Amino acid sequence: MKRYLRQQYMPHIWCPGCGNGIVLGALLRAISRLGWDQDRIAVVSGIGCSSRATGYLDFDTLHTTHGRALAFATGLKLARPELKVIVVGGDGDLAAIGGNHLIHAARRNIDITTICVNNRIYGMTSGQASPLTPKGRLATTAPYGNVDRPFDLCQLVQAAGATYVARSTTYHVRQLCNLIAEALENRGFSFVEAVAQCPVYYGRRNRLGTAVDMLKYYRDHAVTVRAAQSMQPEQLADKIIIGRLHHVVEPDYESEYARVMEEARRRADR
Amino acid sequence: MSERGEIRLVQGNEACAEAALAAGVRFFAGYPITPSSEIAEIMAVRLPQLGGKFIQMEDEIASMAATIGASLAGVKAMTATSGPGFSLKQENIGYAALAEIPCVVVNVQRIGPSTGMPTSPSQGDVMQSRWGTHGDHPVVVFCPWSVREVYDLTVHSVNVAERLRMPVILLMDEVVAHMREKIEIPPQVETVDRPRPSGDRQDYLPYDDSSDVPPMAAFGDGYRFHVTGLYHGPSGFPTTDPEVADRLIRRLCGKVQRRRQQLALTSAHLVDDAEVLVVAYGAAARSALRAVREARSEGVRAGLLKISTIWPFPQEVLLSLAARVRRVVVVEMNLGQLVLEVERVLKGRAPVQHVGRVDGELVTPEEIRAALEGV
Ligand SMILES: Cc1ncc(C[n+]2csc(CCOP(=O)(O)OP(=O)(O)O)c2C)c(N)n1
Ligand code: SF4
Repeated sequence: MKRYLRQQYMPHIWCPGCGNGIVLGALLRAISRLGWDQDRIAVVSGIGCSSRATGYLDFDTLHTTHGRALAFATGLKLARPELKVIVVGGDGDLAAIGGNHLIHAARRNIDITTICVNNRIYGMTSGQASPLTPKGRLATTAPYGNVDRPFDLCQLVQAAGATYVARSTTYHVRQLCNLIAEALENRGFSFVEAVAQCPVYYGRRNRLGTAVDMLKYYRDHAVTVRAAQSMQPEQLADKIIIGRLHHVVEPDYESEYARVMEEARRRADR
Repeated sequence: MSERGEIRLVQGNEACAEAALAAGVRFFAGYPITPSSEIAEIMAVRLPQLGGKFIQMEDEIASMAATIGASLAGVKAMTATSGPGFSLKQENIGYAALAEIPCVVVNVQRIGPSTGMPTSPSQGDVMQSRWGTHGDHPVVVFCPWSVREVYDLTVHSVNVAERLRMPVILLMDEVVAHMREKIEIPPQVETVDRPRPSGDRQDYLPYDDSSDVPPMAAFGDGYRFHVTGLYHGPSGFPTTDPEVADRLIRRLCGKVQRRRQQLALTSAHLVDDAEVLVVAYGAAARSALRAVREARSEGVRAGLLKISTIWPFPQEVLLSLAARVRRVVVVEMNLGQLVLEVERVLKGRAPVQHVGRVDGELVTPEEIRAALEGV
């Protein structure tokens, strides 16, 4: 896995116990397993702790503006379809400021794999509420408990047209890696939500203990897709449903646009 | 290249789209907004015919982002918009300036602020095109006054963007964008490609500052480099070193500063014996030229400096012309934007009068004549 890292730029900026490194490790193992050509992979990120991953990866890497990674990645992928394009971002980056790009990338079924590192908080800016902060949880901008209801991002992107959707946590590293590998192999828009700990801002403020305590929480609160099917909504309220949530085969944007190009040429020749 | 081009009656926006294609643009991302939509519509038809890609994005922020992404893949890329959309693009324009990604941004100005009075003409985005994104950054802005010039300046915008590795803004106005004129479309145009690296992949520094425009690899070519909107050193990796930061921003701004005279495009009309110099650009310059001619028939020795490069402001040309006149009249469809630059450059060497208009109507030759003749 070391061959995928720009070791000269280590140590990384993440706090001790942060979940970002675990998610990154799972991504790199998945890439390694697929044996993809290192020169044909581009990783694109927005702004946030999780988005700093791109700096450490030895691929073509693009660290963009807050929330816009998917829009940059869309241009990149269209202009260079042979590139495998991966987007990494935080829950604030992808679901708040970048929420519109997320649903539209899903709608187009563009062949990009998006990994959302969901720590339920704005880490980089020191602990403000995100659209994935659960109701009642504390954040610097939700000092009396969060009044907003959180998104279920997986349901959102599925409804928007994503063809592969999965969720796992930093406790379930092996599963996370397998799901990311499946997502990478899906030709179309793939989305993996990786529930990850931010012990420094989310954990501390909400008295969730150390990073290890937060991982144990994921262990105790995760239920598989299959188990969830026989559970009531009330039982699922504080659970994290993990596994492959959705997978269908549908033509991706690139193949659809290839048809447009053919048609355009045919008509121009006439 | 003595081959004759095709004479066609084309609209400004159409000339812009065709010129971009001729200059090698093969990617366009946009979002509909009058009075720029024709550019996107023509690109939607033409690009796939030529093996290029067109995409209608979910908004102008995304259009700007996708344009930058495509350019990083090694493809000449462009986006077009108008007022409100230009405001939305600003953050990513700054990104392209800092990360040195060539691209062309067309802004067909309409009256503002906000939704304004759709879609009446205006020239209210002059300062925004210079300072719209935050921070010190280099800017090149061209402004055409005819369909012919739309064509030529679009080609030039693409070439300058590529040569200098930066975003270039083509600032049109509604009048020029929707006007139809007969122009000769050249069979081919001179094109410029961004500098490419030639050395070993391992040694590649995407922001090598041994020259002021470092060679640019494309994603997918095996160079495996990092691009960021954070301040960065030659390797592209983020830095907080004040010295490196200072060198970076000075180099970026210097790219344009050092080439100011080369970039300055202007044309002077009837200035040889002029006592009063009109300074104008875009559609307002058309009325200005007419006013100058009419004033001359009344015995007023007027001349026109028509400006095509708004930023960097062509100060040397203005200074040399203004040295010979008694006074200067700046005509623009706003309450005074480029006039500030004229005053800055002239430093009181000649009195400067402003003729402005913000009611959504094209400034008329009569208004300008009143300023020329009514001393
Ligand atoms: C346009 C813009 N608005 C706000 C910010 C400030 N900002 C930087 S990172 C961030 C949120 C990061 O949270 P998240 O995306 O969840 O990532 P994390 O740091 O938790 O990994 C914000 C609001 C910014 N950089 N740009
Ligand atoms: S602030 Fe939170 S998310 Fe950011 S590096 Fe630290 S632990 Fe990780």
